[in-house]
Amino acid sequence: MLDLGLYNYWVVIFLMMTGLYVVISRGNLIKKVIGLNIFQVSVIMFYVSMGKVRGGTAPILAEGIEVYSNPLPHVLMLTAIVVGVATSAVALALIVRIKEAYGTIEEDEIRVVEGEEEAR
Amino acid sequence: MTSHVILRVLLKLLIPVIMLFALYVQFHGDYGPGGGFQAGVIFGAGMILYALIFGLEPALRVFSPNVLRTLVAAGVMLYGGVGVATILFGGNFLDYDVLAHDPHHGQHLGILLVELGVGLTVAAVMATIFFTFAGRGRTDA
Amino acid sequence: MIEAVWALIGDDLPALQIAVPLLAATVCVLVRRPRAAWAVAMLVAWSAFANAAVILHRVLTTGTISYFEGGWPVPWGIELRIDLLNALVLLVVTGICAIVLLAAPRSLAAEVPEEKHYLFYAVYLLCMTGLAGMTVTGDAFNVFVFLEISSLSSYALISQGRTPRALTSAIQYLVMGTLGGTFILLGIGMLYMTTGTLNIVDLASRLAMVGPNRTVLVALACITVGTGIKLALFPLHIWLPNAYTYAPAVVTAFIAATATKVAYYVLVRFVYSIFQVSLAFEVNRLDAVLLPVSIAAMFAGSLVAIYQDDLKRMLAYSSLAQIGYMVLGLALANVNGLTGGLVHIFNHAIMKCGLFLVLAAVLLRTGSTRLSAFAGLGRRMPLTFAAFVVGGLSLIGVPLTVGFVSKWYLVLGALDAGLWPVAVLILASSLLAVVYVWRVVEVGWFAEPPADAPEVAEAPLGLLVPIWILIGATLFFGVFTSLSAGVASAAARMLIGGAA
Repeated sequence: MLDLGLYNYWVVIFLMMTGLYVVISRGNLIKKVIGLNIFQVSVIMFYVSMGKVRGGTAPILAEGIEVYSNPLPHVLMLTAIVVGVATSAVALALIVRIKEAYGTIEEDEIRVVEGEEEAR
Repeated sequence: MTSHVILRVLLKLLIPVIMLFALYVQFHGDYGPGGGFQAGVIFGAGMILYALIFGLEPALRVFSPNVLRTLVAAGVMLYGGVGVATILFGGNFLDYDVLAHDPHHGQHLGILLVELGVGLTVAAVMATIFFTFAGRGRTDA
Repeated sequence: MIEAVWALIGDDLPALQIAVPLLAATVCVLVRRPRAAWAVAMLVAWSAFANAAVILHRVLTTGTISYFEGGWPVPWGIELRIDLLNALVLLVVTGICAIVLLAAPRSLAAEVPEEKHYLFYAVYLLCMTGLAGMTVTGDAFNVFVFLEISSLSSYALISQGRTPRALTSAIQYLVMGTLGGTFILLGIGMLYMTTGTLNIVDLASRLAMVGPNRTVLVALACITVGTGIKLALFPLHIWLPNAYTYAPAVVTAFIAATATKVAYYVLVRFVYSIFQVSLAFEVNRLDAVLLPVSIAAMFAGSLVAIYQDDLKRMLAYSSLAQIGYMVLGLALANVNGLTGGLVHIFNHAIMKCGLFLVLAAVLLRTGSTRLSAFAGLGRRMPLTFAAFVVGGLSLIGVPLTVGFVSKWYLVLGALDAGLWPVAVLILASSLLAVVYVWRVVEVGWFAEPPADAPEVAEAPLGLLVPIWILIGATLFFGVFTSLSAGVASAAARMLIGGAA
């Protein structure tokens, strides 16, 4: 049975599989990096969903409020976002260099060029 | 680059506000939502916006790559330096209590310095990433 | 003066192990001169090594060290926790970092443009920060953060290779590595969901209370797959051969000896310290997956290695086989087997690092690491080639070398588990190692160099010294095993006994 009360986790799984599929199926390196980003974002969403407390508010001490969301997963995801940004930056830098070296960012075309070099 | 009059005029008004807001987020981080990371990103976005509209060369004249690279390192050093300082004052790594006579003041000072380090590094890294990508191919070509 | 400083920092060694390389990396960025940056890196790496030795000594004499970052007690704060297991891994990681740095200037000069050297050392130190951080931390999320620090810097290091293929290898590793890291993050998230804590000790006790359920099972699966990618466990290894082959020679030596070892440590830590034997092996049957996979890795790695023409690639595939041995030790889930796996962290690190440094020397002198470049090398670079032979014998597992020690414990472990076919397979796969090592020995000693071959001198001292430190260590620790195997078996007993 689908439990729609937990729909955010279904979204997480959908995004995760989308990301994974894009990474595996696409030969274009930029698209691969986009797939990776989707994959990472799904995990970020997973953590954020986990930290949400129903009826809870932002975790800032204030009068008259008793229920707070759990701030810890959110803070962790701040770090995960930084990691994601850094990964994308490194990946894109590598892709720029690959484009300069091979003249293409399609994996199968890169493989053709590499094969020619190997043969020489 | 010369034509976008509306954008240029608007941005001249907006960029100082963006940077001021970054500073607000930076220093209000002790009391409310905010902190070095968010502030750094906002400040970096301000720099990137400037480069987008006014071109890379003027932006690089303001924030030269060497200065940015130094700032990246300086931010990390400030962060780590606070940690080492707390050790030398006799506490654990990043134990801010020992930074001032009153532990509360110590915590305050410590978090302020650490967040400043984070903010510096993040802003400089954001700008460096953008400028590096934007400048690629121009100097080489 | 020294005593006063020691009184201040003596208790903070675990934190300094992370903080000092991080700060030194920024110093390297600021000084901008290759020699100065190298000097900074050397100073830091060797003091980190000394630091790790002091920590290991302290753990051996007074037991587990626990350190609270920022003075916040567990479970609120982040704990650095060092027991026998990670003290040993820390010693290996920092030791390899320090020794490889000895060889770095000579070897880098041939492969990386001079103006990039200072950044190279900065990234190298960052990688070391990440690896040391992963090892000492007692917080599951910190493991992920430091894992990414070390991974991102290793992508950058690998991409510095001479050919454009270094770039494609680096991005292949980046894609795989990020998937692996994210799987680990997901697994940690599920553990946090079931227990509400991230501290490793706390996690273990609460998981034992929660008992088996599906979230825990999925968490175990995610973490196994994630670390499996990072440690290049067959069939998740496809990034490894390219990355090792096209990276600069010193980077290969460094990464081969540290990154996969630390990933293995993470797997051991999660399986034995957090899930513990009952949950991982008795309820969820992790060994049913890892045992066949590790045996397949032993054979696939060795078999493919036999057919490689490029020796760097050959050693990379041989690493796959050696990783198979390590994971086999984990999957056997008894004291002797785990001892074999853990001691192989130490043993494989020193011998593989030594072998890859030999290739760095050959590359420096002949400009190639292909098998043909080795023709007649036994006479032209006798000391270097002798080092290769000793390292190769250790890969095979000949007595008096460290390789024998690991295999001895693995075979004992397999027999303890009642799996004598596994013991036979371990010995059979060693025979495959004989084949690929012998190919090189044959070419090096018995083949004549081509007539038009340029005159080749013995490797420079800068490379010979680190090579023979490591190769000497493979012989020394092959005979005197109290440091490596002694600590490893004590750690194994601690890990398995903790579950009983």
